Amino acid sequence: MEETPFYIESYVSIKESSIAFNGKNVFCSETKDLQLFLKKAYKARISNYPKFHKMDLLSQLALLASECILKPESHSSINKNTALIFANHASSLETDRKHQSSITDKNNYYPSPSVFVYTLPNICLGEISIKHQLHTENCFLVMPSFSPKDFLIQTNYLLKSGKAEKVLCGWVNLDANNYEAFLYLVSNTGAIKHNETEILELYTK
Amino acid sequence: MSLQLELKEKIIELLNLEDIAVEDIDNSDALFGDGLGLDSIDALELIVMLDKDYGIKLTNPNDGKAIFQSIDVLANYIKTHRTK
Repeated sequence: MEETPFYIESYVSIKESSIAFNGKNVFCSETKDLQLFLKKAYKARISNYPKFHKMDLLSQLALLASECILKPESHSSINKNTALIFANHASSLETDRKHQSSITDKNNYYPSPSVFVYTLPNICLGEISIKHQLHTENCFLVMPSFSPKDFLIQTNYLLKSGKAEKVLCGWVNLDANNYEAFLYLVSNTGAIKHNETEILELYTK
Repeated sequence: MSLQLELKEKIIELLNLEDIAVEDIDNSDALFGDGLGLDSIDALELIVMLDKDYGIKLTNPNDGKAIFQSIDVLANYIKTHRTK
């Protein structure tokens, strides 16, 4: 197992209609409907970014989670040299389905441009970068399941090579009614060691 | 319902303008730029709406700049060119 001098500064988890930041519940809703949950969470946690409503659900989920880490109340500024490494299993499947339904009937063929632009999972990275004016490295991987090792390798490369001062890692998966977001911020400061065991422990918390 | 009111309701719903109500949009307000702040994807969405709901096909997207100036301008264009 690779040991590095890097640490996990903070982490957030969104699942089952609740948001936990650094292990503490910061928002929860009784609704089982993801769209409604995201709307309520937006009002409670963001509230001043109307573009949020134009995004697909995957981007909304990713942005909402990233807001907890990139702009916590205790921080006055965001490190602009923060790279993004995200992954999931379902890619942009939910939006792909929505797009497909608009082009299936040849006699009612009206694909929506605002749906089509989200038929790639990495668009959510663009949304986060635009919100926080990040001009940094980013990549979105599609993999069978959450893999701490893959995140660890990519993150350590970016930090060791000096291409980024911090790396925001994220697993953001959405398929029908099943969704989860797990994000963590890695840098050279923090209390939690950046290794596979710790990452997996935080993910499964 | 007037065509202007119909368009305002459609635009709010279609473009997910969650924080904007029909009363917030004046018939002469600019839809793009400093007005409602719509973007290029919104413009494409409005072009699809013209085709789907009013049977108007804009073959040149640049025409949208003049047509989407305001609710009044858009309503007048629809009244003149609609096929359904």
